[in-house]
Amino acid sequence: MHFKSQAVAKPYFIAAIGLFVGQILFGLILGLQYVVGDFLFPAIPFNVARMVHTNLLIVWLLFGFMGAAYYLVPEEAETELHSPKLALVLFWVFLVAGALTILGYLLVPYASLAKMTGNDLLPTMGREFLEQPTITKAGIVIVALGFLYNIGMTVLKGRKTVVSLVLLTGLVGLAVLFLFAFYNPINLVKDKYYWWWVVHLWVEGVWELILGAILAFVLIRITGVDREVIEKWLYVIVAMALITGIVGTGHHYYWIGTPEYWQWWGSIFSALEPIPFFMMTVFAFNMVNRRRREHPNKAATLWALGTAVMAFLGAGVWGFLHTLSPVNYYTHGSQITAAHGHMAFYGAYVLINLTIISYAMPHLRHNAPAANGRAQVLEMWAFWLMTISMVFITLFLTAAGILQVWLQRAAETPLPYMVVQDKVALFYWLREITGLVFFVGLVLYVASFFVKGKAHVPETKAARAATA
Amino acid sequence: MSVTAERVEHGRALPGDFAIWVFILAELLVFGLFFLAYAFARSRNVELFNASQLLLDRQAGAVNTVVLITSSYFVVRAVAAIKENHARLCANWVGAAIGLGGVFVVIKLAEFHAKFAAGITLSTNTFYMFYLSLTFFHFMHVLLGMVILAAVMLKARRGGYDAANHTGVETAGSYWHMVDLVWLILFALVYVIR
Repeated sequence: MHFKSQAVAKPYFIAAIGLFVGQILFGLILGLQYVVGDFLFPAIPFNVARMVHTNLLIVWLLFGFMGAAYYLVPEEAETELHSPKLALVLFWVFLVAGALTILGYLLVPYASLAKMTGNDLLPTMGREFLEQPTITKAGIVIVALGFLYNIGMTVLKGRKTVVSLVLLTGLVGLAVLFLFAFYNPINLVKDKYYWWWVVHLWVEGVWELILGAILAFVLIRITGVDREVIEKWLYVIVAMALITGIVGTGHHYYWIGTPEYWQWWGSIFSALEPIPFFMMTVFAFNMVNRRRREHPNKAATLWALGTAVMAFLGAGVWGFLHTLSPVNYYTHGSQITAAHGHMAFYGAYVLINLTIISYAMPHLRHNAPAANGRAQVLEMWAFWLMTISMVFITLFLTAAGILQVWLQRAAETPLPYMVVQDKVALFYWLREITGLVFFVGLVLYVASFFVKGKAHVPETKAARAATA
Repeated sequence: MSVTAERVEHGRALPGDFAIWVFILAELLVFGLFFLAYAFARSRNVELFNASQLLLDRQAGAVNTVVLITSSYFVVRAVAAIKENHARLCANWVGAAIGLGGVFVVIKLAEFHAKFAAGITLSTNTFYMFYLSLTFFHFMHVLLGMVILAAVMLKARRGGYDAANHTGVETAGSYWHMVDLVWLILFALVYVIR
């Protein structure tokens, strides 16, 4: 660790991993409910399990991003964090608010939760991914503002690097776009239109900046390649992500009541969205191949390369599959979307978080550049188990999706939705089994933090200078 | 050793910064895809496209073509000037190119105004959807190009470039030529070819 205040990242990372475990447990419940409809009913109905699964994902990724920012910004700015105390206070505020929200989902019927939390005053609830009570949303804004203030002041007083500026731009964008979660017009078309400004412009816009910045930071540290080279790549990737991603929002605007030109705009621009992800893959491998040092943290390198490849496959290739409007006419809201959602979130945002955690944790816990050898081996096992099972989850859902589209929408005598769901049940079973393998991978991942072995030497001043 | 290989070895295969070429290629891909989509849509509705095309202001388009090509020539002169260490002259040529960019913008705005005044929107028909989208996206690129050129002009004025070190001028020039090139295709495709 180069700066004491970086230590505040640790609770954020631990909370992120804890919530990740929760997300996967609810994923397993949800997956089983696809085939055993009344599993755990009425304690945890399908809609609640789904809400908890997706909300936990978003919250833990946000914890990870914040931890990443608290870890890397002081190092990039070469100065202590503006206020470590504020960071810790916000951590507890966010964790408690998040936990209360999830408990609210699980213990109270959703409508009662809305009433209890005063949704009538400013109705924002009831929309996919933005189900949080209005007061939770307000809490998120307060945490985000405090966080941005803290990070912003740190960047301002220290060295301003491309990495921290891109990261800050992404984080500001994340906060600003979230404000559209408070805009809830009566008109359903407008509602969806602006809803995507949060959902799409997060994951296919500003989050890509955060992803790029974190990846660039880790690659600079691991490979020792000149910062200048990495920054140039980052610029180009960010520019491409924004050029394609912003207008690419149009691929959500087909046939929802928006003008027809969105079919062209959405198709053309989003067809190019794989490019920045492809560039990221080329970038990551190129940098690792040109490395000027052998960093002892092999696991972090694996996570970083995994991010680049899986983000390209999940977000790029699986996104492209159904992005053109004539294709989407058939595939809209089918299991193809679920397949893409799983691999894209895992490949891009889960893996980038695990990358920075893998890189930062040894510094945070032992003041060492890497975990011990045995722990790293276990971590790499976790990587392969989770990644390969995610590939299979995606493939099974894609198969289910293709069948679904065919039987329900393209066939000469289309079948009703629920009949089709029964017919594709085999793939849901396969997905569930693969989900269990994923969970095993996750357990190994958590276990890797507790493996004892011959530790790497704590960082000396000389080693620190070498990795600066 | 072939000439190309030798150039690569000396790192002079492409003028300007390598990153701008990645960017230029990506931009060309976006426009290329748009042009292909135009061709595809036109092939399915030739009559509508031909009829609507006749209502475009081809004169304004032609003038703008000459304006952009001339501005590109000015950029070439700017690069030539800095290679001979004439920083002031270089800045002036870049300034002239920006001026012509401004002329393009004014003419284009007048064209947009006329179309909007006639009640034409993105939803009028498929041809106008393409006409307005393509020209608007290109318009934004002209503006970006002008910003890049302005940054280069200011740096050149401050003496930031010389014969040995002028990658920035070439980088901006390369981008500006791309803007010009896209317009040449756009003008021919959307305004002229029937």
